[in-house]
Amino acid sequence: MEPRPRSFYVLAGFFGLFLLFLYGPTLTIAILSFQGPQGGLTFPMNGVSLHWFRDLFEQQAVGDIWGSFRRSFALGLMVMVTTVVVSVMGGLAFRKRFPGSGVLFYLIITSLVIPSILVSLGVGLIFSQAGLTVHWATSGFGAQLTWTLPFGLLIMFAVFNRFDKSYEEAARDLGASPWQTLRHVVLPIIAPSLIGVALFGFTLSYDEFARTLLTSGSYNTLPLEIFGMTTNVTTPVLYALGTLTTVFSLGMIAVFLGIALLGARRKARAGSDRGKGLV
Amino acid sequence: MERLLKNKALSGWLMVSPLAAILMFFLVLPIVMIVIVSFWRATEFSIIPDFDLENYQYLFGSAVTYKVFFNTFKYAAITWALTLGIGFTVAYFLAFHIRSQTWQIALFLLCTIPFWTSNIIRMISWIPFLGRNGIANSALISWGVIDEPLEWLLFSDFAVILAFVHLYTLFMVVPIFNTMMRIDKSLVEAARDAGASGAQILWNVIIPLTKPGIMIGTIFVVTLVMGDFITVRFMSGSQSANVGRLISNDIALLAYPSASATAVVLLATVLIVIATLLRFVDIRKEL
Repeated sequence: MEPRPRSFYVLAGFFGLFLLFLYGPTLTIAILSFQGPQGGLTFPMNGVSLHWFRDLFEQQAVGDIWGSFRRSFALGLMVMVTTVVVSVMGGLAFRKRFPGSGVLFYLIITSLVIPSILVSLGVGLIFSQAGLTVHWATSGFGAQLTWTLPFGLLIMFAVFNRFDKSYEEAARDLGASPWQTLRHVVLPIIAPSLIGVALFGFTLSYDEFARTLLTSGSYNTLPLEIFGMTTNVTTPVLYALGTLTTVFSLGMIAVFLGIALLGARRKARAGSDRGKGLV
Repeated sequence: MERLLKNKALSGWLMVSPLAAILMFFLVLPIVMIVIVSFWRATEFSIIPDFDLENYQYLFGSAVTYKVFFNTFKYAAITWALTLGIGFTVAYFLAFHIRSQTWQIALFLLCTIPFWTSNIIRMISWIPFLGRNGIANSALISWGVIDEPLEWLLFSDFAVILAFVHLYTLFMVVPIFNTMMRIDKSLVEAARDAGASGAQILWNVIIPLTKPGIMIGTIFVVTLVMGDFITVRFMSGSQSANVGRLISNDIALLAYPSASATAVVLLATVLIVIATLLRFVDIRKEL
Protein backbone atom coordinates (compact mmCIF):
# COMPACT_ATOMS: atom_id res chain seq x y z
CA MET A 1 0.00 0.00 0.00
CA GLU A 2 1.11 3.54 -0.72
CA PRO A 3 2.23 5.47 2.35
CA ARG A 4 -0.29 8.04 3.48
CA PRO A 5 0.39 11.57 2.21
CA ARG A 6 0.92 14.33 4.75
CA SER A 7 -2.43 15.87 3.80
CA PHE A 8 -4.09 12.77 5.26
CA TYR A 9 -2.97 13.66 8.77
CA VAL A 10 -4.00 17.31 8.41
CA LEU A 11 -7.44 16.30 7.14
CA ALA A 12 -7.79 13.61 9.81
CA GLY A 13 -7.11 16.27 12.44
CA PHE A 14 -9.72 18.54 10.84
CA PHE A 15 -12.20 15.67 10.80
CA GLY A 16 -11.55 14.97 14.47
CA LEU A 17 -12.19 18.63 15.34
CA PHE A 18 -15.39 18.50 13.30
CA LEU A 19 -16.62 15.49 15.28
CA LEU A 20 -15.72 17.29 18.52
CA PHE A 21 -17.69 20.31 17.30
CA LEU A 22 -20.66 18.06 16.43
CA TYR A 23 -20.74 16.02 19.62
CA GLY A 24 -18.96 18.20 22.19
CA PRO A 25 -21.91 20.39 23.24
CA THR A 26 -24.26 17.42 23.53
CA LEU A 27 -21.73 15.55 25.67
CA THR A 28 -21.33 18.65 27.81
CA ILE A 29 -25.01 18.85 28.68
CA ALA A 30 -25.06 15.09 29.22
CA ILE A 31 -22.36 15.53 31.87
CA LEU A 32 -24.01 18.61 33.36
CA SER A 33 -27.36 16.84 33.70
CA PHE A 34 -25.76 14.86 36.53
CA GLN A 35 -25.25 18.08 38.53
CA GLY A 36 -25.85 17.95 42.25
CA PRO A 37 -29.09 19.46 43.61
CA GLN A 38 -27.36 22.84 44.12
CA GLY A 39 -25.64 22.81 40.74
CA GLY A 40 -26.14 25.46 38.07
CA LEU A 41 -26.35 25.61 34.29
CA THR A 42 -22.60 25.49 33.75
CA PHE A 43 -19.42 24.09 35.24
CA PRO A 44 -18.15 23.57 37.92
CA MET A 45 -20.03 20.44 38.84
CA ASN A 46 -21.59 20.86 42.24
CA GLY A 47 -21.51 17.22 43.26
CA VAL A 48 -22.82 14.35 41.18
CA SER A 49 -26.40 13.15 41.47
CA LEU A 50 -29.44 11.88 39.65
CA HIS A 51 -31.44 14.68 41.23
CA TRP A 52 -32.52 16.33 37.96
CA PHE A 53 -33.53 13.06 36.36
CA ARG A 54 -35.61 12.24 39.43
CA ASP A 55 -37.15 15.68 39.09
CA LEU A 56 -38.35 14.77 35.60
CA PHE A 57 -40.28 11.77 36.87
CA GLU A 58 -42.00 13.69 39.65
CA GLN A 59 -45.02 15.89 39.37
CA GLN A 60 -44.05 18.82 37.18
CA ALA A 61 -44.53 22.44 38.15
CA VAL A 62 -44.61 23.39 34.47
CA GLY A 63 -46.07 21.52 31.56
CA ASP A 64 -46.69 17.89 30.93
CA ILE A 65 -43.47 16.27 29.79
CA TRP A 66 -44.57 12.65 29.71
CA GLY A 67 -47.87 13.45 28.03
CA SER A 68 -46.02 15.38 25.35
CA PHE A 69 -43.53 12.54 24.96
CA ARG A 70 -46.37 10.05 24.40
CA ARG A 71 -47.93 12.37 21.83
CA SER A 72 -44.62 12.88 20.01
CA PHE A 73 -44.00 9.15 19.96
CA ALA A 74 -47.47 8.34 18.61
CA LEU A 75 -47.22 11.12 16.04
CA GLY A 76 -43.75 9.92 15.01
CA LEU A 77 -45.09 6.40 14.36
CA MET A 78 -48.08 7.75 12.40
CA VAL A 79 -45.84 9.96 10.26
CA MET A 80 -43.35 7.11 9.81
CA VAL A 81 -45.91 4.62 8.47
CA THR A 82 -47.56 7.18 6.21
CA THR A 83 -44.21 8.40 4.88
CA VAL A 84 -43.06 4.88 4.00
CA VAL A 85 -46.31 3.87 2.27
CA VAL A 86 -46.81 7.13 0.35
CA SER A 87 -43.12 7.38 -0.64
CA VAL A 88 -43.02 3.83 -2.01
CA MET A 89 -46.19 4.38 -4.03
CA GLY A 90 -44.88 7.73 -5.25
CA GLY A 91 -41.46 6.28 -6.06
CA LEU A 92 -43.05 3.46 -8.09
CA ALA A 93 -45.28 5.89 -9.96
CA PHE A 94 -42.40 8.22 -10.82
CA ARG A 95 -40.50 5.44 -12.59
CA LYS A 96 -42.67 6.17 -15.61
CA ARG A 97 -43.52 9.60 -16.85
CA PHE A 98 -47.18 10.42 -16.55
CA PRO A 99 -49.03 13.65 -17.32
CA GLY A 100 -48.50 15.99 -14.40
CA SER A 101 -45.39 14.25 -13.07
CA GLY A 102 -43.27 17.34 -13.74
CA VAL A 103 -45.61 19.60 -11.78
CA LEU A 104 -45.77 17.11 -8.92
CA PHE A 105 -41.99 16.87 -8.83
CA TYR A 106 -41.70 20.64 -8.44
CA LEU A 107 -44.34 20.52 -5.69
CA ILE A 108 -42.17 18.02 -3.83
CA ILE A 109 -39.17 20.35 -4.15
CA THR A 110 -41.34 23.26 -2.98
CA SER A 111 -42.43 21.22 0.01
CA LEU A 112 -38.76 20.72 0.85
CA VAL A 113 -37.61 24.31 0.50
CA ILE A 114 -40.64 26.22 1.80
CA PRO A 115 -39.90 27.89 5.15
CA SER A 116 -41.49 25.71 7.85
CA ILE A 117 -43.28 28.60 9.46
CA LEU A 118 -45.29 29.14 6.27
CA VAL A 119 -46.70 25.63 6.46
CA SER A 120 -47.48 26.18 10.12
CA LEU A 121 -49.18 29.51 9.44
CA GLY A 122 -51.08 28.36 6.36
CA VAL A 123 -52.38 25.12 7.83
CA GLY A 124 -53.34 26.97 11.01
CA LEU A 125 -55.24 29.59 8.99
CA ILE A 126 -57.09 26.99 6.93
CA PHE A 127 -58.21 25.10 10.00
CA SER A 128 -59.33 28.22 11.84
CA GLN A 129 -61.20 29.63 8.83
CA ALA A 130 -62.88 26.28 8.19
CA GLY A 131 -63.99 26.19 11.81
CA LEU A 132 -61.91 23.09 12.59
CA THR A 133 -59.86 22.72 15.74
CA VAL A 134 -56.15 22.25 15.23
CA HIS A 135 -54.89 19.04 16.79
CA TRP A 136 -51.52 17.35 16.65
CA ALA A 137 -53.01 14.20 15.12
CA THR A 138 -54.78 16.02 12.27
CA SER A 139 -53.30 19.40 11.32
CA GLY A 140 -49.99 18.67 13.05
CA PHE A 141 -49.77 15.29 11.31
CA GLY A 142 -50.39 16.80 7.87
CA ALA A 143 -48.00 19.69 8.41
CA GLN A 144 -45.20 17.29 9.38
CA LEU A 145 -45.83 15.13 6.32
CA THR A 146 -44.90 18.08 4.09
CA TRP A 147 -41.42 17.82 5.63
CA THR A 148 -40.95 14.02 5.80
CA LEU A 149 -42.44 13.09 2.41
CA PRO A 150 -39.88 14.99 0.29
CA PHE A 151 -37.08 13.16 2.10
CA GLY A 152 -38.81 9.80 1.67
CA LEU A 153 -39.46 10.47 -2.00
CA LEU A 154 -35.94 11.68 -2.75
CA ILE A 155 -34.61 8.45 -1.18
CA MET A 156 -37.03 6.40 -3.28
CA PHE A 157 -36.00 8.27 -6.45
CA ALA A 158 -32.38 7.51 -5.65
CA VAL A 159 -33.21 3.85 -5.05
CA PHE A 160 -35.16 3.42 -8.27
CA ASN A 161 -32.49 5.25 -10.28
CA ARG A 162 -30.18 2.38 -9.36
CA PHE A 163 -32.79 -0.38 -9.66
CA ASP A 164 -31.96 -3.13 -12.13
CA LYS A 165 -35.07 -3.66 -14.24
CA SER A 166 -33.93 -7.08 -15.44
CA TYR A 167 -35.11 -8.65 -12.15
CA GLU A 168 -38.65 -7.57 -12.93
CA GLU A 169 -38.33 -8.74 -16.51
CA ALA A 170 -37.14 -12.13 -15.28
CA ALA A 171 -40.11 -12.37 -12.91
CA ARG A 172 -42.50 -11.42 -15.69
CA ASP A 173 -40.93 -13.98 -18.06
CA LEU A 174 -41.51 -16.62 -15.41
CA GLY A 175 -45.18 -15.72 -15.41
CA ALA A 176 -45.51 -13.50 -12.35
CA SER A 177 -48.39 -11.06 -12.27
CA PRO A 178 -47.59 -7.36 -11.74
CA TRP A 179 -48.65 -7.66 -8.09
CA GLN A 180 -46.52 -10.80 -7.57
CA THR A 181 -43.54 -9.04 -9.16
CA LEU A 182 -43.99 -6.12 -6.79
CA ARG A 183 -44.57 -8.25 -3.71
CA HIS A 184 -41.91 -10.92 -4.21
CA VAL A 185 -39.25 -9.14 -6.28
CA VAL A 186 -39.33 -5.35 -6.04
CA LEU A 187 -40.27 -4.85 -2.39
CA PRO A 188 -37.69 -7.31 -0.97
CA ILE A 189 -34.96 -5.64 -3.04
CA ILE A 190 -35.82 -2.12 -1.86
CA ALA A 191 -36.59 -3.19 1.74
CA PRO A 192 -33.28 -1.96 3.25
CA SER A 193 -33.86 1.56 1.92
CA LEU A 194 -37.36 1.50 3.37
CA ILE A 195 -35.75 1.22 6.80
CA GLY A 196 -33.92 4.44 5.97
CA VAL A 197 -37.17 6.13 4.90
CA ALA A 198 -38.82 4.96 8.13
CA LEU A 199 -35.94 6.36 10.20
CA PHE A 200 -36.27 9.72 8.44
CA GLY A 201 -40.04 9.69 8.89
CA PHE A 202 -39.91 8.97 12.58
CA THR A 203 -37.02 11.18 13.67
CA LEU A 204 -37.92 14.21 11.53
CA SER A 205 -41.41 14.10 13.01
CA TYR A 206 -40.23 13.44 16.55
CA ASP A 207 -37.91 16.47 16.45
CA GLU A 208 -40.04 18.82 14.37
CA PHE A 209 -40.71 22.18 15.91
CA ALA A 210 -41.69 24.94 13.47
CA ARG A 211 -44.29 22.99 11.49
CA THR A 212 -46.10 21.86 14.63
CA LEU A 213 -45.94 25.26 16.34
CA LEU A 214 -49.29 26.56 15.09
CA THR A 215 -50.84 23.24 14.17
CA SER A 216 -50.68 21.14 17.32
CA GLY A 217 -53.50 22.78 19.25
CA SER A 218 -53.76 22.71 23.02
CA TYR A 219 -51.69 19.57 23.49
CA ASN A 220 -47.96 20.15 22.97
CA THR A 221 -45.55 17.77 21.33
CA LEU A 222 -42.21 17.22 23.06
CA PRO A 223 -40.10 19.77 21.10
CA LEU A 224 -42.74 22.44 21.79
CA GLU A 225 -42.72 21.51 25.46
CA ILE A 226 -38.94 21.69 25.61
CA PHE A 227 -38.88 25.05 23.88
CA GLY A 228 -41.46 26.32 26.34
CA MET A 229 -39.19 25.18 29.15
CA THR A 230 -36.21 27.16 27.80
CA THR A 231 -37.98 30.41 28.61
CA ASN A 232 -38.91 29.65 32.21
CA VAL A 233 -36.70 26.81 33.47
CA THR A 234 -33.21 27.76 34.60
CA THR A 235 -32.11 24.54 36.28
CA PRO A 236 -30.23 21.53 34.89
CA VAL A 237 -33.58 19.73 34.64
CA LEU A 238 -33.58 21.09 31.09
CA TYR A 239 -30.29 19.28 30.42
CA ALA A 240 -31.64 16.09 32.00
CA LEU A 241 -34.62 16.20 29.65
CA GLY A 242 -32.36 17.00 26.70
CA THR A 243 -30.06 14.12 27.55
CA LEU A 244 -32.97 11.73 27.95
CA THR A 245 -34.59 12.55 24.60
CA THR A 246 -31.19 12.44 22.86
CA VAL A 247 -30.60 9.00 24.36
CA PHE A 248 -34.07 8.02 23.16
CA SER A 249 -33.26 9.27 19.62
CA LEU A 250 -29.97 7.37 19.65
CA GLY A 251 -31.87 4.28 20.80
CA MET A 252 -34.28 4.62 17.88
CA ILE A 253 -31.37 5.00 15.43
CA ALA A 254 -29.78 1.88 16.94
CA VAL A 255 -33.06 -0.04 16.55
CA PHE A 256 -33.33 0.93 12.86
CA LEU A 257 -29.67 0.14 12.19
CA GLY A 258 -30.12 -3.18 14.00
CA ILE A 259 -33.08 -4.08 11.83
CA ALA A 260 -31.06 -3.17 8.74
CA LEU A 261 -28.13 -5.33 9.87
CA LEU A 262 -30.40 -8.28 10.71
CA GLY A 263 -32.02 -7.98 7.30
CA ALA A 264 -28.65 -7.94 5.57
CA ARG A 265 -27.52 -10.99 7.52
CA ARG A 266 -30.70 -12.88 6.72
CA LYS A 267 -30.30 -12.01 3.09
CA ALA A 268 -26.71 -13.25 3.09
CA ARG A 269 -27.82 -16.54 4.65
CA ALA A 270 -31.02 -17.23 2.75
CA GLY A 271 -30.27 -15.37 -0.45
CA SER A 272 -28.47 -16.34 -3.58
CA ASP A 273 -26.40 -19.53 -3.68
CA ARG A 274 -24.40 -18.47 -6.67
CA GLY A 275 -20.81 -19.52 -6.58
CA LYS A 276 -21.55 -22.20 -4.03
CA GLY A 277 -22.85 -24.94 -6.29
CA LEU A 278 -20.95 -28.00 -7.43
CA VAL A 279 -19.22 -27.56 -10.69
CA MET B 1 -59.97 -3.37 -14.42
CA GLU B 2 -57.08 -5.08 -16.13
CA ARG B 3 -57.24 -2.55 -18.94
CA LEU B 4 -57.43 0.26 -16.44
CA LEU B 5 -54.17 -0.88 -14.88
CA LYS B 6 -52.54 -1.14 -18.28
CA ASN B 7 -53.26 2.55 -18.88
CA LYS B 8 -49.96 4.13 -17.92
CA ALA B 9 -51.29 7.57 -17.06
CA LEU B 10 -54.13 6.26 -14.95
CA SER B 11 -52.06 3.80 -12.92
CA GLY B 12 -49.49 6.53 -12.35
CA TRP B 13 -52.16 8.87 -11.08
CA LEU B 14 -53.60 6.20 -8.82
CA MET B 15 -50.21 5.56 -7.26
CA VAL B 16 -49.47 9.21 -6.58
CA SER B 17 -52.99 10.14 -5.50
CA PRO B 18 -52.23 9.96 -1.74
CA LEU B 19 -49.10 12.05 -2.25
CA ALA B 20 -50.95 14.55 -4.42
CA ALA B 21 -53.81 14.76 -1.92
CA ILE B 22 -51.47 15.45 1.01
CA LEU B 23 -49.47 18.06 -0.87
CA MET B 24 -52.68 19.64 -2.15
CA PHE B 25 -54.24 20.00 1.27
CA PHE B 26 -51.19 20.73 3.41
CA LEU B 27 -48.94 22.59 0.97
CA VAL B 28 -50.82 24.17 -1.95
CA LEU B 29 -53.97 25.18 -0.05
CA PRO B 30 -51.99 26.72 2.82
CA ILE B 31 -49.92 28.78 0.35
CA VAL B 32 -53.09 29.92 -1.41
CA MET B 33 -54.62 30.74 1.95
CA ILE B 34 -51.61 32.79 2.99
CA VAL B 35 -51.74 34.73 -0.27
CA ILE B 36 -55.46 35.43 0.25
CA VAL B 37 -55.12 36.41 3.90
CA SER B 38 -52.24 38.74 3.06
CA PHE B 39 -54.87 41.05 1.54
CA TRP B 40 -57.15 40.91 4.59
CA ARG B 41 -57.48 43.37 7.42
CA ALA B 42 -56.93 42.64 11.09
CA THR B 43 -58.65 44.05 14.12
CA GLU B 44 -57.54 43.36 17.62
CA PHE B 45 -59.64 40.21 17.91
CA SER B 46 -60.21 38.88 14.44
CA ILE B 47 -59.23 39.00 10.80
CA ILE B 48 -61.65 40.34 8.20
CA PRO B 49 -61.83 39.35 4.52
CA ASP B 50 -61.00 42.32 2.34
CA PHE B 51 -58.91 43.30 -0.63
CA ASP B 52 -56.49 45.69 0.90
CA LEU B 53 -52.90 46.39 -0.14
CA GLU B 54 -52.11 48.02 3.17
CA ASN B 55 -50.16 45.05 4.52
CA TYR B 56 -47.79 45.21 1.59
CA GLN B 57 -47.60 49.00 1.63
CA TYR B 58 -46.69 48.88 5.27
CA LEU B 59 -44.16 46.10 4.68
CA PHE B 60 -42.37 47.81 1.80
CA GLY B 61 -42.65 51.23 3.42
CA SER B 62 -40.87 50.22 6.59
CA ALA B 63 -37.11 50.50 6.98
CA VAL B 64 -37.17 47.53 9.37
CA THR B 65 -38.20 45.23 6.53
CA TYR B 66 -35.12 46.00 4.46
CA LYS B 67 -32.84 45.67 7.45
CA VAL B 68 -34.36 42.32 8.36
CA PHE B 69 -34.16 41.01 4.81
CA PHE B 70 -30.55 42.12 4.64
CA ASN B 71 -29.90 40.29 7.90
CA THR B 72 -31.53 37.15 6.51
CA PHE B 73 -29.28 37.20 3.44
CA LYS B 74 -26.26 37.92 5.62
CA TYR B 75 -26.94 34.85 7.80
CA ALA B 76 -27.52 32.74 4.69
CA ALA B 77 -24.32 33.90 2.97
CA ILE B 78 -22.02 33.48 5.98
CA THR B 79 -23.52 30.12 6.94
CA TRP B 80 -23.28 28.96 3.34
CA ALA B 81 -19.61 29.83 3.06
CA LEU B 82 -18.71 28.15 6.37
CA THR B 83 -20.78 25.00 5.85
CA LEU B 84 -19.41 24.65 2.32
CA GLY B 85 -15.80 24.94 3.49
CA ILE B 86 -16.24 22.52 6.38
CA GLY B 87 -18.59 20.17 4.56
CA PHE B 88 -16.38 19.91 1.48
CA THR B 89 -13.27 19.21 3.55
CA VAL B 90 -15.01 16.52 5.60
CA ALA B 91 -16.56 14.87 2.55
CA TYR B 92 -13.23 15.01 0.69
CA PHE B 93 -11.44 13.33 3.59
CA LEU B 94 -14.06 10.58 3.80
CA ALA B 95 -14.27 9.96 0.08
CA PHE B 96 -10.60 10.15 -0.96
CA HIS B 97 -8.49 9.49 2.12
CA ILE B 98 -10.35 6.69 3.91
CA ARG B 99 -9.43 3.48 2.14
CA SER B 100 -11.66 0.82 3.63
CA GLN B 101 -15.34 0.95 2.83
CA THR B 102 -16.35 -0.20 6.32
CA TRP B 103 -14.53 2.76 7.86
CA GLN B 104 -16.02 5.07 5.28
CA ILE B 105 -19.54 4.01 6.19
CA ALA B 106 -18.85 4.08 9.93
CA LEU B 107 -17.35 7.58 9.89
CA PHE B 108 -20.08 8.83 7.55
CA LEU B 109 -22.75 7.51 9.93
CA LEU B 110 -20.95 9.22 12.80
CA CYS B 111 -21.31 12.51 10.90
CA THR B 112 -25.02 12.01 10.23
CA ILE B 113 -26.28 10.77 13.60
CA PRO B 114 -26.74 14.27 15.12
CA PHE B 115 -29.08 15.05 12.21
CA TRP B 116 -31.53 12.58 13.75
CA THR B 117 -31.58 14.25 17.14
CA SER B 118 -33.46 17.34 18.24
CA ASN B 119 -32.34 20.74 16.91
CA ILE B 120 -33.69 22.50 19.98
CA ILE B 121 -31.61 20.33 22.30
CA ARG B 122 -28.57 20.93 20.14
CA MET B 123 -29.10 24.67 20.48
CA ILE B 124 -29.61 24.42 24.23
CA SER B 125 -26.39 22.45 24.49
CA TRP B 126 -24.38 25.56 23.55
CA ILE B 127 -25.48 27.39 26.72
CA PRO B 128 -22.91 25.85 29.11
CA PHE B 129 -20.24 26.39 26.48
CA LEU B 130 -20.86 29.99 25.49
CA GLY B 131 -22.44 31.49 28.62
CA ARG B 132 -20.88 34.33 30.58
CA ASN B 133 -19.35 31.82 33.01
CA GLY B 134 -19.26 29.12 30.39
CA ILE B 135 -16.47 26.80 29.33
CA ALA B 136 -15.17 29.05 26.55
CA ASN B 137 -14.87 32.11 28.78
CA SER B 138 -13.31 30.26 31.73
CA ALA B 139 -10.82 28.55 29.43
CA LEU B 140 -9.81 31.81 27.77
CA ILE B 141 -9.44 33.53 31.16
CA SER B 142 -7.38 30.73 32.66
CA TRP B 143 -5.10 30.78 29.60
CA GLY B 144 -4.68 34.50 30.14
CA VAL B 145 -6.01 35.41 26.69
CA ILE B 146 -8.68 37.72 28.14
CA ASP B 147 -9.27 39.31 31.54
CA GLU B 148 -13.00 39.92 31.36
CA PRO B 149 -15.50 37.31 30.15
CA LEU B 150 -16.54 37.96 26.55
CA GLU B 151 -20.16 39.12 26.38
CA TRP B 152 -20.71 38.45 22.70
CA LEU B 153 -20.32 34.66 22.81
CA LEU B 154 -23.92 33.79 23.68
CA PHE B 155 -26.94 35.78 22.53
CA SER B 156 -25.27 37.42 19.55
CA ASP B 157 -24.91 37.07 15.78
CA PHE B 158 -21.83 34.99 16.48
CA ALA B 159 -23.92 32.46 18.43
CA VAL B 160 -26.57 32.42 15.68
CA ILE B 161 -24.03 31.62 12.95
CA LEU B 162 -22.30 29.07 15.17
CA ALA B 163 -25.59 27.27 15.76
CA PHE B 164 -26.48 27.36 12.05
CA VAL B 165 -23.12 25.84 11.13
CA HIS B 166 -23.51 23.27 13.89
CA LEU B 167 -27.01 22.28 12.76
CA TYR B 168 -26.68 22.41 8.99
CA THR B 169 -23.14 21.37 7.96
CA LEU B 170 -24.49 17.83 7.58
CA PHE B 171 -26.69 19.01 4.75
CA MET B 172 -23.49 19.89 2.86
CA VAL B 173 -21.50 16.79 3.85
CA VAL B 174 -24.10 14.26 2.70
CA PRO B 175 -24.74 15.41 -0.91
CA ILE B 176 -21.08 16.32 -1.52
CA PHE B 177 -19.92 12.93 -0.18
CA ASN B 178 -22.56 11.22 -2.31
CA THR B 179 -21.31 12.91 -5.50
CA MET B 180 -17.65 12.34 -4.64
CA MET B 181 -18.21 8.62 -4.14
CA ARG B 182 -19.44 8.42 -7.71
CA ILE B 183 -16.34 10.05 -9.19
CA ASP B 184 -14.42 7.48 -11.19
CA LYS B 185 -11.12 7.09 -9.33
CA SER B 186 -9.29 6.42 -12.58
CA LEU B 187 -9.88 10.07 -13.55
CA VAL B 188 -7.84 11.13 -10.54
CA GLU B 189 -5.15 8.59 -11.46
CA ALA B 190 -5.09 9.81 -15.04
CA ALA B 191 -4.62 13.38 -13.85
CA ARG B 192 -1.75 12.28 -11.62
CA ASP B 193 -0.11 10.30 -14.45
CA ALA B 194 -0.40 13.37 -16.63
CA GLY B 195 1.64 15.24 -14.04
CA ALA B 196 -0.98 17.21 -12.12
CA SER B 197 -0.14 18.23 -8.57
CA GLY B 198 -2.48 17.52 -5.67
CA ALA B 199 -3.86 21.04 -5.73
CA GLN B 200 -4.37 20.89 -9.50
CA ILE B 201 -6.24 17.60 -9.22
CA LEU B 202 -8.46 19.10 -6.52
CA TRP B 203 -9.17 22.27 -8.46
CA ASN B 204 -9.44 20.95 -12.03
CA VAL B 205 -10.84 17.45 -11.52
CA ILE B 206 -12.56 16.93 -8.19
CA ILE B 207 -14.27 20.28 -7.64
CA PRO B 208 -15.86 20.46 -11.12
CA LEU B 209 -17.13 16.89 -10.74
CA THR B 210 -18.50 17.65 -7.26
CA LYS B 211 -20.52 20.70 -8.35
CA PRO B 212 -23.93 18.97 -8.40
CA GLY B 213 -23.45 17.85 -4.79
CA ILE B 214 -22.35 21.34 -3.81
CA MET B 215 -25.46 22.77 -5.47
CA ILE B 216 -27.81 20.40 -3.64
CA GLY B 217 -26.11 21.14 -0.33
CA THR B 218 -26.39 24.85 -1.09
CA ILE B 219 -30.11 24.56 -1.74
CA PHE B 220 -30.61 22.82 1.62
CA VAL B 221 -28.50 25.23 3.66
CA VAL B 222 -29.78 28.42 2.05
CA THR B 223 -33.45 27.48 2.40
CA LEU B 224 -33.05 26.21 5.95
CA VAL B 225 -31.31 29.39 7.06
CA MET B 226 -33.62 31.75 5.18
CA GLY B 227 -36.74 30.06 6.55
CA ASP B 228 -35.48 29.75 10.10
CA PHE B 229 -36.88 31.73 12.98
CA ILE B 230 -36.24 29.65 16.05
CA THR B 231 -32.44 29.50 15.90
CA VAL B 232 -32.21 33.28 15.49
CA ARG B 233 -34.64 33.86 18.33
CA PHE B 234 -32.99 31.43 20.71
CA MET B 235 -29.31 32.02 19.96
CA SER B 236 -29.54 35.81 19.68
CA GLY B 237 -31.58 36.04 22.87
CA SER B 238 -34.21 37.91 20.83
CA GLN B 239 -31.67 40.61 19.96
CA SER B 240 -31.38 39.95 16.24
CA ALA B 241 -34.09 39.45 13.70
CA ASN B 242 -34.54 37.73 10.38
CA VAL B 243 -37.65 37.47 8.22
CA GLY B 244 -38.86 34.33 9.96
CA ARG B 245 -38.86 36.13 13.29
CA LEU B 246 -40.76 39.04 11.78
CA ILE B 247 -43.45 36.56 10.76
CA SER B 248 -43.50 34.75 14.10
CA ASN B 249 -43.73 38.06 16.00
CA ASP B 250 -46.75 39.07 13.94
CA ILE B 251 -48.29 35.66 14.60
CA ALA B 252 -47.76 36.09 18.32
CA LEU B 253 -49.67 39.39 18.06
CA LEU B 254 -52.40 37.59 16.09
CA ALA B 255 -51.68 39.92 13.17
CA TYR B 256 -52.17 37.15 10.62
CA PRO B 257 -52.71 39.38 7.55
CA SER B 258 -49.43 41.19 8.07
CA ALA B 259 -47.65 37.91 8.89
CA SER B 260 -49.07 36.50 5.66
CA ALA B 261 -47.84 39.42 3.58
CA THR B 262 -44.32 38.99 4.97
CA ALA B 263 -44.59 35.25 4.38
CA VAL B 264 -45.55 35.78 0.73
CA VAL B 265 -42.53 38.00 0.16
CA LEU B 266 -40.25 35.51 1.94
CA LEU B 267 -41.60 32.59 -0.08
CA ALA B 268 -41.13 34.53 -3.33
CA THR B 269 -37.55 35.36 -2.34
CA VAL B 270 -36.71 31.76 -1.43
CA LEU B 271 -38.28 30.38 -4.61
CA ILE B 272 -36.35 32.84 -6.78
CA VAL B 273 -33.09 31.83 -5.10
CA ILE B 274 -33.89 28.12 -5.53
CA ALA B 275 -35.02 28.51 -9.13
CA THR B 276 -31.70 30.21 -9.87
CA LEU B 277 -29.75 27.39 -8.18
CA LEU B 278 -31.78 24.69 -9.94
CA ARG B 279 -30.58 26.02 -13.31
CA PHE B 280 -27.15 24.65 -12.42
CA VAL B 281 -28.21 21.14 -11.38
CA ASP B 282 -30.71 18.48 -12.41
CA ILE B 283 -31.75 17.06 -9.03
CA ARG B 284 -33.46 13.98 -10.41
CA LYS B 285 -30.36 12.93 -12.32
CA GLU B 286 -28.07 13.43 -9.34
CA LEU B 287 -29.94 11.28 -6.80
